[in-house]
Amino acid sequence: MKTLGLIVNPVAGMGGRVGLKGSDGPEVLRLARERGATPEAPRRVSQALAAFAGTGDPVQWITCPGEMGEDVCRGVGLAPLVLSSIRGRETTWEDTERAAGLLLERGVDLLLFAGGDGTARNVCTAVGSRLVTLGIPAGVKIHSAVYAVTPRDAGELARRFLQGGLRSVREGEVMDIDEESYRQGVVDARLYGYLRVPVEDRYVQRMKAGGVASEAQALAGMAEEVVDSMQESEVFAIGPGTTTRAIMERLGLPGTLLGVDVVCNRRLVARDVSERELMDLTAGRRVKIVITVIGGQGYILGRGNQQIGPTLLRQVGKQGLLVIATKEKLASLGGRPLLVDTGDEALNRQLSGYLRVITGYEDYAIYKVGHS
Amino acid sequence: MGRNKATLLRKFHQARWDEEIICEMSVPGERGILVPRVEREIEAEVGDGVSMIPEGLRREKPAALPEVNQVRVLRHYLRLSQETMGADMTVDASEGTCTMKYSPKVHEQLVGNPGLRDIHPLQDEDTLQGILEVYFRLEEFLKEISGLDHFSFQPGGGAQGVYANACMVRAWHEARKDENRSEIITTLFSHPCDAASPATAGYKVVTLMPDESGYPDLEAMKAALSERTAGIFITNPEDTGIYNPRIDEFVKAAHEVGALCAYDQANANGILGITRAKEAGFDLCHFNIHKTFSSPHACMGHSTGAVGVAGELGRFLPVPRVTYNGTKYRLEYDRPESIGRVRCFFGNASTILRAYAWILQHGADGLREVAECSVLNNNYLLKKLSEIPGVVIQYAEGKRRLEQVRYSWDKLKQDTGVGTEDVMRRMADFGLQHYWMSHPPWIVPEPFTLEPCESYSKDDLDEYVAVLRQISREAYQDPQLVKNAPHNSVVHRVPSPGIDEPERIAVTWRQYQRKKRADSVKPQS
Ligand SMILES: Cc1ncc(COP(=O)(O)O)c(C=O)c1O
Repeated sequence: MKTLGLIVNPVAGMGGRVGLKGSDGPEVLRLARERGATPEAPRRVSQALAAFAGTGDPVQWITCPGEMGEDVCRGVGLAPLVLSSIRGRETTWEDTERAAGLLLERGVDLLLFAGGDGTARNVCTAVGSRLVTLGIPAGVKIHSAVYAVTPRDAGELARRFLQGGLRSVREGEVMDIDEESYRQGVVDARLYGYLRVPVEDRYVQRMKAGGVASEAQALAGMAEEVVDSMQESEVFAIGPGTTTRAIMERLGLPGTLLGVDVVCNRRLVARDVSERELMDLTAGRRVKIVITVIGGQGYILGRGNQQIGPTLLRQVGKQGLLVIATKEKLASLGGRPLLVDTGDEALNRQLSGYLRVITGYEDYAIYKVGHS
Repeated sequence: MGRNKATLLRKFHQARWDEEIICEMSVPGERGILVPRVEREIEAEVGDGVSMIPEGLRREKPAALPEVNQVRVLRHYLRLSQETMGADMTVDASEGTCTMKYSPKVHEQLVGNPGLRDIHPLQDEDTLQGILEVYFRLEEFLKEISGLDHFSFQPGGGAQGVYANACMVRAWHEARKDENRSEIITTLFSHPCDAASPATAGYKVVTLMPDESGYPDLEAMKAALSERTAGIFITNPEDTGIYNPRIDEFVKAAHEVGALCAYDQANANGILGITRAKEAGFDLCHFNIHKTFSSPHACMGHSTGAVGVAGELGRFLPVPRVTYNGTKYRLEYDRPESIGRVRCFFGNASTILRAYAWILQHGADGLREVAECSVLNNNYLLKKLSEIPGVVIQYAEGKRRLEQVRYSWDKLKQDTGVGTEDVMRRMADFGLQHYWMSHPPWIVPEPFTLEPCESYSKDDLDEYVAVLRQISREAYQDPQLVKNAPHNSVVHRVPSPGIDEPERIAVTWRQYQRKKRADSVKPQS
């Protein structure tokens, strides 16, 4: 029998309705309750679980007691196994992490979690890439690309995955923005890691026609294109992401998935640099910046790669910016532009317009860039 | 018995023979034809015949051909033919982008005529005057149809035609000492060979994504153009059946930076006699002689990509060129600026003869009628299909399509979990051939692409629609029925992984045996 883990962050989404832009931390939560916020998560999770209710699918549900999962399961008529070592009330993010850890030990076939970016982070810390996971969107902030579009979609996707109808899994970005600065109007989004999520296969050609380049081939091609273009003593800042990782792999260099790495003459100069370090390493040099789309919204700057700051971007200009992405990734934006958010309006405008994106070896697409 | 008059559905069941591969049927010593022994007088004159062949050219061992008698060979291939669903067996509106029209059978009589069948391209041209005249006259027809000035029929298919065009674009720029033009621009909904063939010819390729309205994005095109642009290679109408009404502006913008414009007219079925490459300003074009002008679409063998060029570009066409001096047709090789050959000899003569016959059968008005009927048929199908629950039509909403449409079962998938591949497998249960889904990448989710051509009647299309409507109904009522399909067909599910893995593809029996052996000794991972 297939096993499905479920973790619900019972307070997810509470800050949103009352204008608090998040629900992290006991103080904010108290404020939210004072302003009359009620839990959002249970309703959303029931919408997701509706996909399973009454189907008789042979699935063993494993969840946390009380409001962290058990209640909603029972509410839709499912009989879950309950992790008794987790408390049922007044839970915190630590309980999410512990529960995820326990589900990892049990090796569930899929871990469903409900919440927002904070919850995704907790799950990511506990399980990393060791389980296939999927988020039910219930939180205020959802920048991470590990959530289904709607709770209903999450349920359907989970069901199809367990039935074997979906076979592919992708690495989705786990992002979180700093709530404190967000409340002050500043978006400070960090890339925390990646979770493995089932792929909605609407756009995936399972029965391949001969000669279709697989994603791996496309990645190898893009990496080759960038590496080919590297000129002597030119400094390359390689941004975070699974797409840019292919370049470091091609060079045989130990890059970081989440950080910015600096390469010169095909050698590693520094890993995971800060904005300051990057400025120092690039001062007075010819510089190229390699970035890719981070998260589901199409950001290429300002989400998860803020180390690449406006000062450097101004110096390097549009010509020095190498954006790499597969055509499938661009297509998945459904015609929406790529986005930049450098924190500097004038620079955002300057980077907007049409951009040449590297999509393979000697293969490019022209794509629109906008700003928020 | 017979098709149900109310539902238009058939109780179909395909033959299943569980047939071996012909090589597996081999019995040592068995023969299909007993070759008579050489008569004594002849043997006395020339010896055994074989020893006349220089030793280095002689086989040491006989060729490893299957040894099978005539009856078994005939039975074998008849059985296989019953296990396929070819164009002549079903209403083949399924293969969108392939223009699977009816190819008149009288053509087979023409190409089976010994006057064509038994000639060889290395014969003296004095003895090839008939087929050369057909080449020459077909070129005249295509010049009229496209408005361009010179054609070559050497390329063995559309993709090779595009390759030849890319080579000519390069030859043109090189002849002008304009040598920094390394890029070709195409659109995402152009046929993939408009990217792949120029890439094979050594070009970098820049692809334009469609704008929100589904049309190629003119502003993106302007952003892509530069002094490095060698040419634009565009299909129109695109894969989606959408005609780009601003095509002349694309051409104008490209010409302004000194690039050449190549028109992929393999989708010409909906525009014959209506629009021409010349009026849109193009410098080069190609037609798929197979598909648009009859001869079923089939890979690089049984097909011809006719490449046409305007004015001065004629210098660069592949050799040999077929010329006429008023009394005699010739194969002309002495053209110093030609890109040379892209294929041996002078192309697939049988497709040329079929196309020539087909055009004569139709006449100029008939060609226009072909276009009108194919557009009419397509829009009838579009109307009927848009009424089927689960079907959606994305991009350029409300805009007319020409000869084909890329549809989507996205709504069906969302509602029932039944996707395009499931529907496709279920079609076989009603005696319809599977459909073409989409070229990559899949931008339209759960896609299927249909092109009814001019050949099919309203009744044919109604039957086709009835099948899809029935499958949609089943998906909403009993999705498992569709997901487990086909139920009445030969092969239930063709295992799909591996089909694009070169290390697992076997195109000969020997290769198959070798790879299979290697596969079975590979350690299990
Ligand atoms: C628009 C278009 N261009 C090019 C081609 C390639 O032609 P071929 O398959 O003969 O190489 C096709 C195939 O049908 C096509 O539809």
